[in-house]
Amino acid sequence: MLRDDIIEYSLDAHHSEEAGRKIRKNIWMVTLLLAVITTVEVALGAYWKEWFPESWSMVKLGYIVLTLVKAGFIVGVFMHLGDERRNVRLIILLPYLLFILYLLFIAIWESNYVHRMIEMFQ
Amino acid sequence: MAGEATKALSNDVLWGGGRSPFSISYGKMMMWFFLVSDALTFSGLLVAYGFVRHSTTEAWPIGEEVFRALPFLHGSYPLIYVALMTAILIFSSVTMVLAVEAGHRMDKKGVIKWLFLTVIGGAFFVGSQAWEWSHFIHGGGGYITTTDGAKYWVHTEEHDTDPLTLSTRESFHLEKAREGHYLLPDESAHHLDHAAAVKLWNERVDYVDGANMVRNEYGPSQYANFFFFITGFHGFHVFSGVIINLIVLILVIKGVFHRRGHYEMVEKAGLYWHFVDLVWVFVFTFFYLL
Repeated sequence: MLRDDIIEYSLDAHHSEEAGRKIRKNIWMVTLLLAVITTVEVALGAYWKEWFPESWSMVKLGYIVLTLVKAGFIVGVFMHLGDERRNVRLIILLPYLLFILYLLFIAIWESNYVHRMIEMFQ
Repeated sequence: MAGEATKALSNDVLWGGGRSPFSISYGKMMMWFFLVSDALTFSGLLVAYGFVRHSTTEAWPIGEEVFRALPFLHGSYPLIYVALMTAILIFSSVTMVLAVEAGHRMDKKGVIKWLFLTVIGGAFFVGSQAWEWSHFIHGGGGYITTTDGAKYWVHTEEHDTDPLTLSTRESFHLEKAREGHYLLPDESAHHLDHAAAVKLWNERVDYVDGANMVRNEYGPSQYANFFFFITGFHGFHVFSGVIINLIVLILVIKGVFHRRGHYEMVEKAGLYWHFVDLVWVFVFTFFYLL
């Protein structure tokens, strides 16, 4: 039963046939992009290391960047977070990033130390 | 997406009460909160993997050397199988977002079609992962350690895991592994004939074949432990996602959401499903590629 004193946000996501066509086109574009990025990643893994082994650490950095790009498209377009209000985006992303950046920092810092200690006492 | 979320409203209206300042329904908000907490769990696992890998002084296996097999085919196809799994999951994510889009137009037939394809894709992914686990556990023949600490790969034509009959086979031979490296052959080593290989085999101090929770033929024991835990935890998420999608599909077919006037349940199940895909993108990079 619908009440007129509250806003039904669930109903409000409806869109027309016209708008749907545009949204679908966007979805397929993002699909193509994700497929291309994954193919490039696998090709780099299969061939780059054999041909140019000295620049492998650069490729690793590239992998992380490409992964973040893919994640951005999945969250922003497929999960519609890009279409939500800015407040929603911030309360989802900020607490997560705050924890994870700290966790990454502490893990890299401490694993370096542990690595040095194992080497020293081996 | 249209409606309240895109309307420009002043802060007095947004935060003045009587409405959600986020212009989002309760169910979707809670699904997002759950996904954030689940994302923290998966991040914790991947960071722990990075920590162990970075702090260890042992040789650590590399994805394209471990995962290079395809079902029914011989030869080496580095990461092709994992890439196929990734493609399956990404495409089932696409069919899901198309189901959500069809729901926004109240197109019941479209929702059924795309949601059905999503369930099929998810089932294929779970099946692929079962094959990969089985292949990982059975291994490629294993290696022995000799008295001087050198490692030799064991090769036989048919994969025989019984150490008692293994060396009596015609096709049995050994291949020296590069020092400090599990998975690459030592090119400078001279070829061993059958008799020499059997002699080394009989003098072995250790034989590791396949993978279990204690040890594995690919590298340090933590490698297999993280493989089982991370891909297993993710695989269980996919499995529950398939079940959730199946339940939603049945409700869509029964017309429950059409009577309700909106397909938000498809959207919420979709959020979970996309999240599973998102996690796999990170697992693919940090476990298999790096």
